Amino acid sequence: MKKQKAFENFIHGIFLILGLITVGCVLLITLYLVVAGIPAIRKIGLKDFLFNPKWASTASEPSYGILPFILTSVYGTAGAILIDVPIGFLISVYLAKLAPAKIRTVVSGAVSLLAGIPSVVYGLVGMMVLVPGIRNLFHIPDGASLFAAIIVLAIMILPSIINVSITALEAVPKEYEDASLALGATPVETYFKVSVPAAKSGIAAAVVLGVGRAIGEAMAVMMVSGNAPNLPELFGSVRFLTTAMASEMSYSSGLQRQALFSIALVLFLFIMLINAALNFFLKRSKE
Amino acid sequence: MRSVNAQINAIRKMKIVLLRVLCGISAAFTCALVLFLLVYIFAKGIPNLSWELLSTEPSYLSGTIGILPDILNTVYMIVATLVFVLPLGVGAAVYLTEYAQNKRIVAAIEYAAETLSGIPSIIYGLVGMLFFCQFLNMQTSLLAGALTLVIMNLPTVMRTTQESLKTVPQSYREGAFGLGAGKWRVIRTVVLPGCIDGVITGCILSVGRILGESAALLFTAGFAHALNGFLEGLGSAGATLTVSLYVYAKEQGEFGVAFAIAAILMILTLLVNLLAMLVGRWFKRRQKL
Repeated sequence: MKKQKAFENFIHGIFLILGLITVGCVLLITLYLVVAGIPAIRKIGLKDFLFNPKWASTASEPSYGILPFILTSVYGTAGAILIDVPIGFLISVYLAKLAPAKIRTVVSGAVSLLAGIPSVVYGLVGMMVLVPGIRNLFHIPDGASLFAAIIVLAIMILPSIINVSITALEAVPKEYEDASLALGATPVETYFKVSVPAAKSGIAAAVVLGVGRAIGEAMAVMMVSGNAPNLPELFGSVRFLTTAMASEMSYSSGLQRQALFSIALVLFLFIMLINAALNFFLKRSKE
Repeated sequence: MRSVNAQINAIRKMKIVLLRVLCGISAAFTCALVLFLLVYIFAKGIPNLSWELLSTEPSYLSGTIGILPDILNTVYMIVATLVFVLPLGVGAAVYLTEYAQNKRIVAAIEYAAETLSGIPSIIYGLVGMLFFCQFLNMQTSLLAGALTLVIMNLPTVMRTTQESLKTVPQSYREGAFGLGAGKWRVIRTVVLPGCIDGVITGCILSVGRILGESAALLFTAGFAHALNGFLEGLGSAGATLTVSLYVYAKEQGEFGVAFAIAAILMILTLLVNLLAMLVGRWFKRRQKL
Protein backbone atom coordinates (compact mmCIF):
# COMPACT_ATOMS: atom_id res chain seq x y z
CA MET A 1 0.00 0.00 0.00
CA LYS A 2 2.81 2.35 0.96
CA LYS A 3 4.71 1.41 -2.15
CA GLN A 4 1.63 2.16 -4.23
CA LYS A 5 1.34 5.62 -2.64
CA ALA A 6 4.99 6.43 -3.28
CA PHE A 7 4.54 5.37 -6.89
CA GLU A 8 1.49 7.58 -7.32
CA ASN A 9 3.36 10.52 -5.82
CA PHE A 10 6.23 9.88 -8.21
CA ILE A 11 3.86 9.95 -11.21
CA HIS A 12 2.22 13.09 -9.85
CA GLY A 13 5.67 14.69 -9.64
CA ILE A 14 6.45 13.80 -13.25
CA PHE A 15 3.22 15.37 -14.50
CA LEU A 16 3.84 18.45 -12.36
CA ILE A 17 7.23 18.88 -14.01
CA LEU A 18 5.70 18.43 -17.48
CA GLY A 19 3.10 21.05 -16.58
CA LEU A 20 5.69 23.50 -15.35
CA ILE A 21 7.81 23.22 -18.52
CA THR A 22 5.73 25.92 -20.23
CA VAL A 23 6.38 28.27 -17.31
CA GLY A 24 10.05 27.37 -17.51
CA CYS A 25 10.13 28.17 -21.23
CA VAL A 26 8.62 31.61 -20.68
CA LEU A 27 11.10 32.33 -17.88
CA LEU A 28 13.96 31.10 -20.04
CA ILE A 29 12.96 33.32 -22.96
CA THR A 30 12.48 36.37 -20.73
CA LEU A 31 15.77 35.76 -18.93
CA TYR A 32 17.75 35.32 -22.15
CA LEU A 33 16.26 38.40 -23.77
CA VAL A 34 16.92 40.57 -20.73
CA VAL A 35 20.45 39.29 -20.16
CA ALA A 36 21.35 39.54 -23.84
CA GLY A 37 19.52 42.80 -24.44
CA ILE A 38 20.59 44.99 -21.53
CA PRO A 39 24.36 45.38 -22.20
CA ALA A 40 24.01 47.20 -25.52
CA ILE A 41 21.31 49.50 -24.13
CA ARG A 42 23.61 50.39 -21.26
CA LYS A 43 26.50 51.09 -23.58
CA ILE A 44 24.49 53.11 -26.09
CA GLY A 45 22.22 54.78 -23.54
CA LEU A 46 18.49 54.09 -23.39
CA LYS A 47 17.48 57.50 -24.75
CA ASP A 48 19.91 57.39 -27.65
CA PHE A 49 18.94 53.80 -28.46
CA LEU A 50 15.20 54.43 -28.53
CA PHE A 51 15.01 57.95 -29.94
CA ASN A 52 18.03 58.45 -32.19
CA PRO A 53 16.68 58.38 -35.74
CA LYS A 54 19.93 57.08 -37.25
CA TRP A 55 20.89 53.41 -37.55
CA ALA A 56 24.33 52.94 -39.06
CA SER A 57 25.67 49.80 -37.48
CA THR A 58 28.49 49.17 -39.93
CA ALA A 59 29.71 52.77 -40.32
CA SER A 60 33.17 53.72 -39.05
CA GLU A 61 31.43 55.77 -36.38
CA PRO A 62 28.45 53.52 -35.76
CA SER A 63 25.13 54.90 -34.61
CA TYR A 64 22.55 52.66 -33.03
CA GLY A 65 19.20 54.43 -33.00
CA ILE A 66 16.17 52.21 -33.49
CA LEU A 67 13.55 54.94 -33.78
CA PRO A 68 13.09 54.19 -37.52
CA PHE A 69 12.38 50.51 -36.77
CA ILE A 70 9.95 51.29 -33.96
CA LEU A 71 8.05 53.81 -36.07
CA THR A 72 8.01 51.51 -39.10
CA SER A 73 6.64 48.63 -37.02
CA VAL A 74 3.98 50.87 -35.49
CA TYR A 75 2.95 52.43 -38.82
CA GLY A 76 3.02 49.12 -40.67
CA THR A 77 0.88 47.45 -38.03
CA ALA A 78 -1.53 50.38 -37.86
CA GLY A 79 -1.90 50.40 -41.65
CA ALA A 80 -2.61 46.67 -41.83
CA ILE A 81 -5.14 46.93 -38.99
CA LEU A 82 -6.88 49.90 -40.64
CA ILE A 83 -7.39 47.84 -43.78
CA ASP A 84 -8.43 44.72 -41.91
CA VAL A 85 -10.87 46.03 -39.32
CA PRO A 86 -13.71 46.87 -41.73
CA ILE A 87 -13.14 43.84 -43.99
CA GLY A 88 -12.66 41.41 -41.12
CA PHE A 89 -15.65 42.81 -39.25
CA LEU A 90 -17.99 42.44 -42.21
CA ILE A 91 -16.79 38.95 -43.08
CA SER A 92 -17.13 37.77 -39.48
CA VAL A 93 -20.70 39.01 -39.16
CA TYR A 94 -21.48 37.47 -42.54
CA LEU A 95 -19.97 34.09 -41.70
CA ALA A 96 -21.23 33.91 -38.12
CA LYS A 97 -24.78 35.05 -38.78
CA LEU A 98 -25.86 35.74 -42.33
CA ALA A 99 -24.24 33.33 -44.76
CA PRO A 100 -26.04 30.21 -46.01
CA ALA A 101 -24.32 26.98 -44.89
CA LYS A 102 -22.74 26.22 -48.26
CA ILE A 103 -21.23 29.65 -48.72
CA ARG A 104 -20.01 29.57 -45.14
CA THR A 105 -18.14 26.31 -45.76
CA VAL A 106 -16.45 27.73 -48.85
CA VAL A 107 -15.50 31.09 -47.36
CA SER A 108 -14.28 29.69 -44.05
CA GLY A 109 -12.27 27.11 -45.99
CA ALA A 110 -10.68 29.98 -47.91
CA VAL A 111 -9.95 31.85 -44.68
CA SER A 112 -8.29 28.87 -43.02
CA LEU A 113 -6.21 28.27 -46.14
CA LEU A 114 -5.13 31.90 -45.97
CA ALA A 115 -4.05 31.26 -42.37
CA GLY A 116 -2.06 28.19 -43.36
CA ILE A 117 -0.03 29.61 -46.22
CA PRO A 118 3.62 29.97 -45.10
CA SER A 119 4.83 33.54 -44.70
CA VAL A 120 7.66 33.07 -47.21
CA VAL A 121 5.09 32.22 -49.86
CA TYR A 122 3.33 35.51 -49.15
CA GLY A 123 6.73 37.16 -49.34
CA LEU A 124 7.47 35.57 -52.71
CA VAL A 125 4.15 36.54 -54.25
CA GLY A 126 4.54 40.03 -52.79
CA MET A 127 8.00 40.31 -54.32
CA MET A 128 6.87 39.18 -57.75
CA VAL A 129 3.40 40.77 -58.00
CA LEU A 130 2.97 43.54 -55.46
CA VAL A 131 6.38 45.21 -55.64
CA PRO A 132 6.47 45.61 -59.45
CA GLY A 133 2.77 46.52 -59.38
CA ILE A 134 3.36 49.36 -56.94
CA ARG A 135 6.37 50.54 -58.92
CA ASN A 136 4.36 50.81 -62.13
CA LEU A 137 1.19 52.14 -60.57
CA PHE A 138 2.77 54.97 -58.60
CA HIS A 139 5.78 55.57 -60.87
CA ILE A 140 8.41 55.20 -58.19
CA PRO A 141 11.90 53.73 -58.71
CA ASP A 142 11.39 50.78 -56.37
CA GLY A 143 8.11 49.24 -55.25
CA ALA A 144 9.64 47.53 -52.20
CA SER A 145 8.15 49.81 -49.59
CA LEU A 146 6.15 50.24 -46.41
CA PHE A 147 3.00 50.21 -48.55
CA ALA A 148 3.79 46.75 -49.95
CA ALA A 149 4.51 45.48 -46.44
CA ILE A 150 1.21 46.88 -45.15
CA ILE A 151 -0.76 45.04 -47.83
CA VAL A 152 1.05 41.74 -47.22
CA LEU A 153 0.55 42.10 -43.46
CA ALA A 154 -3.13 42.94 -43.95
CA ILE A 155 -3.65 39.71 -45.88
CA MET A 156 -1.66 37.64 -43.41
CA ILE A 157 -3.44 38.76 -40.24
CA LEU A 158 -6.95 38.77 -41.71
CA PRO A 159 -7.65 35.11 -40.77
CA SER A 160 -6.73 35.64 -37.09
CA ILE A 161 -9.05 38.62 -36.86
CA ILE A 162 -11.90 36.79 -38.59
CA ASN A 163 -11.60 33.59 -36.55
CA VAL A 164 -11.58 35.27 -33.15
CA SER A 165 -14.43 37.63 -34.11
CA ILE A 166 -16.55 34.72 -35.31
CA THR A 167 -16.03 32.88 -32.03
CA ALA A 168 -17.11 36.01 -30.14
CA LEU A 169 -20.18 36.54 -32.33
CA GLU A 170 -21.27 32.92 -32.04
CA ALA A 171 -21.09 33.16 -28.25
CA VAL A 172 -23.74 35.91 -28.11
CA PRO A 173 -26.78 34.46 -26.26
CA LYS A 174 -29.58 33.64 -28.64
CA GLU A 175 -32.12 35.32 -26.34
CA TYR A 176 -30.66 38.75 -27.15
CA GLU A 177 -31.20 38.21 -30.85
CA ASP A 178 -34.63 36.65 -30.39
CA ALA A 179 -35.73 39.62 -28.29
CA SER A 180 -34.61 42.07 -30.95
CA LEU A 181 -36.28 40.06 -33.72
CA ALA A 182 -39.50 39.89 -31.71
CA LEU A 183 -39.49 43.68 -31.39
CA GLY A 184 -39.58 43.93 -35.16
CA ALA A 185 -35.94 44.48 -36.11
CA THR A 186 -34.85 42.67 -39.25
CA PRO A 187 -32.13 39.98 -38.98
CA VAL A 188 -29.45 42.26 -40.47
CA GLU A 189 -30.32 45.05 -38.05
CA THR A 190 -30.32 42.60 -35.16
CA TYR A 191 -26.89 41.23 -36.01
CA PHE A 192 -25.28 44.65 -36.43
CA LYS A 193 -27.05 46.47 -33.60
CA VAL A 194 -27.45 43.73 -31.00
CA SER A 195 -25.00 40.89 -31.64
CA VAL A 196 -22.02 43.09 -32.52
CA PRO A 197 -22.24 45.34 -29.42
CA ALA A 198 -22.72 42.21 -27.29
CA ALA A 199 -19.56 40.70 -28.78
CA LYS A 200 -17.49 43.88 -28.73
CA SER A 201 -14.90 42.71 -26.20
CA GLY A 202 -14.27 39.59 -28.26
CA ILE A 203 -13.96 41.63 -31.43
CA ALA A 204 -11.54 43.98 -29.66
CA ALA A 205 -9.52 40.91 -28.64
CA ALA A 206 -9.46 39.85 -32.31
CA VAL A 207 -8.02 43.21 -33.34
CA VAL A 208 -5.40 43.09 -30.59
CA LEU A 209 -4.43 39.57 -31.67
CA GLY A 210 -4.02 40.92 -35.20
CA VAL A 211 -1.75 43.68 -33.89
CA GLY A 212 0.41 41.06 -32.18
CA ARG A 213 0.65 38.95 -35.34
CA ALA A 214 1.49 41.95 -37.51
CA ILE A 215 4.19 43.37 -35.28
CA GLY A 216 5.89 39.97 -34.99
CA GLU A 217 5.91 39.00 -38.66
CA ALA A 218 9.39 38.90 -40.12
CA MET A 219 10.01 36.90 -43.29
CA ALA A 220 7.21 38.09 -45.55
CA VAL A 221 7.86 41.70 -44.59
CA MET A 222 11.59 41.29 -45.16
CA MET A 223 10.95 40.21 -48.75
CA VAL A 224 8.79 43.20 -49.72
CA SER A 225 9.83 46.19 -47.59
CA GLY A 226 13.17 47.10 -49.15
CA ASN A 227 15.06 46.84 -45.87
CA ALA A 228 16.78 50.26 -45.71
CA PRO A 229 16.89 51.75 -42.18
CA ASN A 230 15.00 54.93 -43.09
CA LEU A 231 12.37 56.76 -41.12
CA PRO A 232 9.05 55.40 -42.40
CA GLU A 233 7.56 56.79 -45.58
CA LEU A 234 4.62 55.12 -47.29
CA PHE A 235 6.50 54.58 -50.55
CA GLY A 236 10.00 54.44 -49.10
CA SER A 237 12.21 51.47 -48.37
CA VAL A 238 11.87 50.64 -44.67
CA ARG A 239 13.03 48.21 -42.01
CA PHE A 240 10.87 46.77 -39.22
CA LEU A 241 11.93 45.72 -35.70
CA THR A 242 11.72 42.09 -36.78
CA THR A 243 13.59 42.51 -40.05
CA ALA A 244 16.28 44.62 -38.38
CA MET A 245 17.22 41.55 -36.36
CA ALA A 246 16.87 39.07 -39.17
CA SER A 247 18.81 41.02 -41.75
CA GLU A 248 21.99 41.66 -39.75
CA MET A 249 22.14 38.68 -37.41
CA SER A 250 24.13 36.43 -39.72
CA TYR A 251 27.14 38.73 -40.10
CA SER A 252 27.01 40.85 -36.94
CA SER A 253 29.50 40.89 -34.09
CA GLY A 254 30.37 42.84 -30.95
CA LEU A 255 28.22 45.83 -30.03
CA GLN A 256 26.25 45.54 -33.29
CA ARG A 257 25.18 42.00 -32.36
CA GLN A 258 24.32 43.06 -28.82
CA ALA A 259 22.23 45.91 -30.20
CA LEU A 260 20.26 43.36 -32.25
CA PHE A 261 19.50 41.49 -29.03
CA SER A 262 18.33 44.77 -27.52
CA ILE A 263 15.95 45.20 -30.47
CA ALA A 264 14.57 41.76 -29.64
CA LEU A 265 14.04 42.90 -26.05
CA VAL A 266 12.13 45.99 -27.26
CA LEU A 267 9.98 43.82 -29.54
CA PHE A 268 9.38 41.40 -26.66
CA LEU A 269 8.18 44.26 -24.43
CA PHE A 270 5.78 45.36 -27.17
CA ILE A 271 4.44 41.80 -27.42
CA MET A 272 4.01 41.50 -23.64
CA LEU A 273 2.00 44.73 -23.62
CA ILE A 274 -0.17 43.44 -26.46
CA ASN A 275 -0.64 40.11 -24.64
CA ALA A 276 -1.77 41.94 -21.52
CA ALA A 277 -4.32 43.89 -23.59
CA LEU A 278 -5.45 40.66 -25.25
CA ASN A 279 -5.97 38.96 -21.89
CA PHE A 280 -7.91 41.97 -20.64
CA PHE A 281 -10.34 41.85 -23.56
CA LEU A 282 -10.67 38.06 -23.52
CA LYS A 283 -11.46 38.07 -19.82
CA ARG A 284 -14.05 40.80 -20.30
CA SER A 285 -15.70 38.98 -23.19
CA LYS A 286 -16.02 35.86 -21.03
CA GLU A 287 -17.90 37.84 -18.40
CA MET B 1 -47.08 61.37 -41.27
CA ARG B 2 -47.29 58.33 -43.45
CA SER B 3 -44.86 59.69 -45.97
CA VAL B 4 -42.29 60.30 -43.19
CA ASN B 5 -42.72 56.73 -42.06
CA ALA B 6 -42.36 55.49 -45.60
CA GLN B 7 -39.20 57.54 -45.98
CA ILE B 8 -37.74 56.09 -42.78
CA ASN B 9 -38.65 52.64 -43.97
CA ALA B 10 -36.99 53.24 -47.31
CA ILE B 11 -33.79 54.43 -45.61
CA ARG B 12 -33.91 51.44 -43.30
CA LYS B 13 -34.27 49.06 -46.20
CA MET B 14 -31.44 50.75 -48.07
CA LYS B 15 -29.17 50.38 -45.06
CA ILE B 16 -29.98 46.71 -44.75
CA VAL B 17 -29.33 46.05 -48.41
CA LEU B 18 -26.12 48.06 -48.27
CA LEU B 19 -24.79 46.10 -45.27
CA ARG B 20 -25.65 42.80 -46.94
CA VAL B 21 -23.90 43.86 -50.12
CA LEU B 22 -20.81 45.02 -48.23
CA CYS B 23 -20.68 41.70 -46.38
CA GLY B 24 -20.96 39.82 -49.64
CA ILE B 25 -18.25 41.92 -51.27
CA SER B 26 -15.82 41.34 -48.39
CA ALA B 27 -16.40 37.60 -48.48
CA ALA B 28 -16.10 37.47 -52.28
CA PHE B 29 -12.91 39.53 -52.08
CA THR B 30 -11.32 37.05 -49.67
CA CYS B 31 -12.28 34.08 -51.83
CA ALA B 32 -10.97 35.84 -54.94
CA LEU B 33 -7.70 36.53 -53.15
CA VAL B 34 -7.25 32.88 -52.18
CA LEU B 35 -8.15 31.77 -55.68
CA PHE B 36 -5.64 34.20 -57.18
CA LEU B 37 -2.88 32.98 -54.85
CA LEU B 38 -3.59 29.35 -55.70
CA VAL B 39 -3.78 29.88 -59.45
CA TYR B 40 -0.77 32.20 -59.57
CA ILE B 41 1.50 29.97 -57.50
CA PHE B 42 0.51 26.79 -59.33
CA ALA B 43 0.83 28.46 -62.74
CA LYS B 44 4.31 29.74 -61.90
CA GLY B 45 5.45 26.77 -59.84
CA ILE B 46 4.23 23.59 -61.46
CA PRO B 47 6.05 24.10 -64.80
CA ASN B 48 9.27 24.32 -62.79
CA LEU B 49 8.63 21.09 -60.91
CA SER B 50 10.54 18.18 -62.32
CA TRP B 51 11.58 14.79 -61.09
CA GLU B 52 15.17 15.94 -61.32
CA LEU B 53 14.49 18.90 -59.03
CA LEU B 54 12.72 16.71 -56.49
CA SER B 55 15.22 13.86 -56.45
CA THR B 56 18.66 15.47 -56.47
CA GLU B 57 20.82 17.68 -54.34
CA PRO B 58 22.25 21.01 -55.54
CA SER B 59 25.49 20.55 -57.43
CA TYR B 60 28.05 23.24 -58.11
CA LEU B 61 29.78 20.97 -60.63
CA SER B 62 26.85 20.69 -62.99
CA GLY B 63 25.24 23.94 -61.82
CA THR B 64 21.92 22.24 -61.14
CA ILE B 65 19.59 22.77 -58.20
CA GLY B 66 17.77 19.96 -56.43
CA ILE B 67 15.58 20.17 -53.38
CA LEU B 68 15.70 16.58 -52.10
CA PRO B 69 17.79 17.60 -49.05
CA ASP B 70 15.29 20.33 -48.21
CA ILE B 71 12.37 17.91 -48.44
CA LEU B 72 14.16 15.42 -46.20
CA ASN B 73 15.13 18.15 -43.73
CA THR B 74 11.49 19.20 -43.50
CA VAL B 75 10.46 15.61 -42.76
CA TYR B 76 13.22 15.24 -40.14
CA MET B 77 12.20 18.52 -38.58
CA ILE B 78 8.56 17.45 -38.32
CA VAL B 79 9.44 14.03 -36.86
CA ALA B 80 11.95 15.41 -34.35
CA THR B 81 9.64 18.20 -33.20
CA LEU B 82 6.64 15.91 -32.74
CA VAL B 83 8.68 13.31 -30.83
CA PHE B 84 9.50 15.93 -28.21
CA VAL B 85 6.40 18.08 -28.22
CA LEU B 86 3.78 15.31 -27.92
CA PRO B 87 4.82 13.89 -24.53
CA LEU B 88 5.46 17.38 -23.15
CA GLY B 89 2.17 18.85 -24.37
CA VAL B 90 0.05 15.83 -23.42
CA GLY B 91 1.74 15.62 -20.03
CA ALA B 92 1.07 19.28 -19.31
CA ALA B 93 -2.57 18.90 -20.35
CA VAL B 94 -3.02 15.80 -18.18
CA TYR B 95 -1.50 17.64 -15.25
CA LEU B 96 -3.86 20.59 -15.71
CA THR B 97 -7.07 18.56 -16.06
CA GLU B 98 -6.34 15.57 -13.80
CA TYR B 99 -3.90 16.57 -11.09
CA ALA B 100 -3.71 20.30 -10.56
CA GLN B 101 -5.52 21.56 -7.49
CA ASN B 102 -3.54 24.67 -6.71
CA LYS B 103 -5.27 27.45 -8.64
CA ARG B 104 -2.15 29.58 -8.75
CA ILE B 105 -0.13 26.89 -10.51
CA VAL B 106 -2.94 26.36 -13.03
CA ALA B 107 -3.16 30.10 -13.68
CA ALA B 108 0.63 30.33 -14.07
CA ILE B 109 0.74 27.45 -16.56
CA GLU B 110 -2.16 28.79 -18.59
CA TYR B 111 -0.73 32.28 -18.61
CA ALA B 112 2.61 30.88 -19.73
CA ALA B 113 0.96 28.95 -22.56
CA GLU B 114 -0.86 32.06 -23.74
CA THR B 115 2.34 34.06 -23.62
CA LEU B 116 4.18 31.41 -25.62
CA SER B 117 1.54 31.44 -28.35
CA GLY B 118 1.88 35.22 -28.67
CA ILE B 119 5.66 35.40 -29.00
CA PRO B 120 6.78 36.03 -32.62
CA SER B 121 8.81 33.31 -34.29
CA ILE B 122 11.82 35.56 -34.88
CA ILE B 123 12.22 35.86 -31.08
CA TYR B 124 12.04 32.09 -30.76
CA GLY B 125 14.75 31.92 -33.37
CA LEU B 126 16.95 34.31 -31.45
CA VAL B 127 16.51 32.62 -28.07
CA GLY B 128 16.88 29.21 -29.71
CA MET B 129 20.18 30.35 -31.19
CA LEU B 130 21.42 31.70 -27.84
CA PHE B 131 20.22 28.75 -25.75
CA PHE B 132 20.35 25.61 -27.89
CA CYS B 133 23.05 26.49 -30.41
CA GLN B 134 25.42 28.44 -28.18
CA PHE B 135 24.71 27.63 -24.51
CA LEU B 136 24.00 23.92 -25.02
CA ASN B 137 26.62 23.86 -27.77
CA MET B 138 24.47 22.13 -30.39
CA GLN B 139 25.76 24.49 -33.09
CA THR B 140 23.46 25.37 -35.96
CA SER B 141 21.63 22.08 -36.41
CA LEU B 142 18.27 20.57 -37.22
CA LEU B 143 18.03 19.37 -33.62
CA ALA B 144 18.44 22.92 -32.28
CA GLY B 145 15.78 24.06 -34.76
CA ALA B 146 13.44 21.24 -33.76
CA LEU B 147 13.82 22.02 -30.05
CA THR B 148 13.03 25.68 -30.77
CA LEU B 149 9.89 24.58 -32.60
CA VAL B 150 9.00 22.31 -29.67
CA ILE B 151 8.65 25.39 -27.43
CA MET B 152 6.63 27.13 -30.14
CA ASN B 153 4.19 24.26 -30.62
CA LEU B 154 3.86 23.29 -26.97
CA PRO B 155 0.81 25.53 -26.32
CA THR B 156 -0.99 24.17 -29.41
CA VAL B 157 -0.65 20.50 -28.43
CA MET B 158 -1.43 21.34 -24.83
CA ARG B 159 -4.63 23.16 -25.72
CA THR B 160 -6.03 20.59 -28.16
CA THR B 161 -5.30 17.78 -25.68
CA GLN B 162 -6.94 19.74 -22.87
CA GLU B 163 -10.04 20.28 -24.98
CA SER B 164 -10.41 16.57 -25.70
CA LEU B 165 -9.72 15.60 -22.08
CA LYS B 166 -12.66 17.75 -21.06
CA THR B 167 -14.94 15.54 -23.20
CA VAL B 168 -14.00 12.36 -21.29
CA PRO B 169 -17.03 11.89 -19.03
CA GLN B 170 -16.32 12.23 -15.32
CA SER B 171 -18.32 9.03 -14.72
CA TYR B 172 -15.69 6.98 -16.59
CA ARG B 173 -13.04 8.16 -14.15
CA GLU B 174 -15.31 7.58 -11.17
CA GLY B 175 -16.16 4.13 -12.46
CA ALA B 176 -12.51 3.22 -12.73
CA PHE B 177 -11.75 4.62 -9.28
CA GLY B 178 -14.73 2.72 -7.90
CA LEU B 179 -13.30 -0.53 -9.25
CA GLY B 180 -10.21 0.17 -7.18
CA ALA B 181 -7.83 1.55 -9.80
CA GLY B 182 -5.10 3.96 -8.67
CA LYS B 183 -4.80 7.40 -10.19
CA TRP B 184 -2.06 6.46 -12.66
CA ARG B 185 -4.00 3.42 -13.79
CA VAL B 186 -7.08 5.55 -14.38
CA ILE B 187 -5.04 7.99 -16.43
CA ARG B 188 -3.35 5.24 -18.40
CA THR B 189 -6.46 3.21 -19.17
CA VAL B 190 -9.29 5.78 -19.21
CA VAL B 191 -7.98 9.31 -19.63
CA LEU B 192 -5.15 8.90 -22.15
CA PRO B 193 -7.16 6.80 -24.65
CA GLY B 194 -9.84 9.50 -24.43
CA CYS B 195 -7.52 12.29 -25.51
CA ILE B 196 -6.38 10.68 -28.76
CA ASP B 197 -8.61 13.08 -30.74
CA GLY B 198 -6.88 16.08 -29.25
CA VAL B 199 -3.43 14.62 -29.81
CA ILE B 200 -4.16 13.98 -33.48
CA THR B 201 -5.60 17.46 -33.97
CA GLY B 202 -2.58 18.94 -32.18
CA CYS B 203 -0.26 16.92 -34.45
CA ILE B 204 -1.95 18.20 -37.60
CA LEU B 205 -1.86 21.82 -36.45
CA SER B 206 1.79 21.47 -35.44
CA VAL B 207 2.74 19.93 -38.77
CA GLY B 208 1.10 22.88 -40.50
CA ARG B 209 3.06 25.34 -38.40
CA ILE B 210 6.37 23.50 -38.83
CA LEU B 211 5.88 23.38 -42.60
CA GLY B 212 5.33 27.14 -42.68
CA GLU B 213 7.96 28.20 -40.19
CA SER B 214 11.02 30.05 -41.40
CA ALA B 215 12.02 32.92 -39.09
CA ALA B 216 12.62 30.64 -36.10
CA LEU B 217 14.74 28.26 -38.18
CA LEU B 218 16.97 30.70 -40.01
CA PHE B 219 19.45 31.07 -37.13
CA THR B 220 18.87 27.75 -35.38
CA ALA B 221 18.84 25.21 -38.22
CA GLY B 222 20.70 27.27 -40.82
CA PHE B 223 20.50 26.96 -44.57
CA ALA B 224 22.74 24.12 -45.74
CA HIS B 225 21.57 21.78 -48.50
CA ALA B 226 23.57 18.63 -47.71
CA LEU B 227 21.95 15.24 -48.19
CA ASN B 228 21.89 13.41 -44.83
CA GLY B 229 20.31 10.45 -43.08
CA PHE B 230 18.01 11.10 -40.12
CA LEU B 231 20.42 10.97 -37.16
CA GLU B 232 23.27 12.49 -39.11
CA GLY B 233 20.88 15.18 -40.35
CA LEU B 234 19.74 16.12 -36.86
CA GLY B 235 23.30 16.96 -35.89
CA SER B 236 24.07 19.11 -38.92
CA ALA B 237 22.72 22.33 -40.32
CA GLY B 238 19.98 22.12 -42.93
CA ALA B 239 17.32 24.23 -44.60
CA THR B 240 13.68 23.19 -44.59
CA LEU B 241 11.53 23.91 -47.65
CA THR B 242 10.42 27.32 -46.40
CA VAL B 243 13.93 28.45 -45.50
CA SER B 244 15.29 27.33 -48.84
CA LEU B 245 12.44 29.14 -50.62
CA TYR B 246 13.58 32.29 -48.86
CA VAL B 247 17.23 31.74 -49.73
CA TYR B 248 16.52 30.91 -53.39
CA ALA B 249 14.19 33.89 -53.82
CA LYS B 250 15.90 36.59 -51.81
CA GLU B 251 19.61 35.79 -51.89
CA GLN B 252 20.11 33.82 -55.10
CA GLY B 253 17.37 35.15 -57.39
CA GLU B 254 16.40 31.61 -58.46
CA PHE B 255 12.72 32.41 -58.82
CA GLY B 256 11.83 29.28 -60.79
CA VAL B 257 13.02 27.05 -57.96
CA ALA B 258 11.37 29.35 -55.40
CA PHE B 259 8.02 29.07 -57.16
CA ALA B 260 8.39 25.30 -57.48
CA ILE B 261 8.92 25.10 -53.70
CA ALA B 262 6.01 27.49 -53.16
CA ALA B 263 3.78 25.18 -55.22
CA ILE B 264 4.87 22.19 -53.12
CA LEU B 265 4.19 24.14 -49.93
CA MET B 266 0.75 25.15 -51.20
CA ILE B 267 -0.13 21.53 -51.97
CA LEU B 268 1.03 20.48 -48.51
CA THR B 269 -0.90 23.34 -46.88
CA LEU B 270 -4.03 22.30 -48.76
CA LEU B 271 -3.53 18.70 -47.63
CA VAL B 272 -3.00 19.70 -43.99
CA ASN B 273 -6.11 21.89 -44.05
CA LEU B 274 -8.20 19.17 -45.67
CA LEU B 275 -6.97 16.61 -43.17
CA ALA B 276 -7.72 18.93 -40.24
CA MET B 277 -11.24 19.49 -41.56
CA LEU B 278 -11.96 15.79 -42.16
CA VAL B 279 -10.53 14.73 -38.81
CA GLY B 280 -12.48 17.47 -37.03
CA ARG B 281 -15.74 16.33 -38.64
CA TRP B 282 -15.05 12.69 -37.91
CA PHE B 283 -14.34 13.37 -34.24
CA LYS B 284 -17.46 15.46 -33.90
CA ARG B 285 -19.60 12.73 -35.38
CA ARG B 286 -18.02 10.13 -33.09
CA GLN B 287 -18.67 12.26 -30.04
CA LYS B 288 -22.34 12.46 -30.87
CA LEU B 289 -22.68 8.67 -30.89
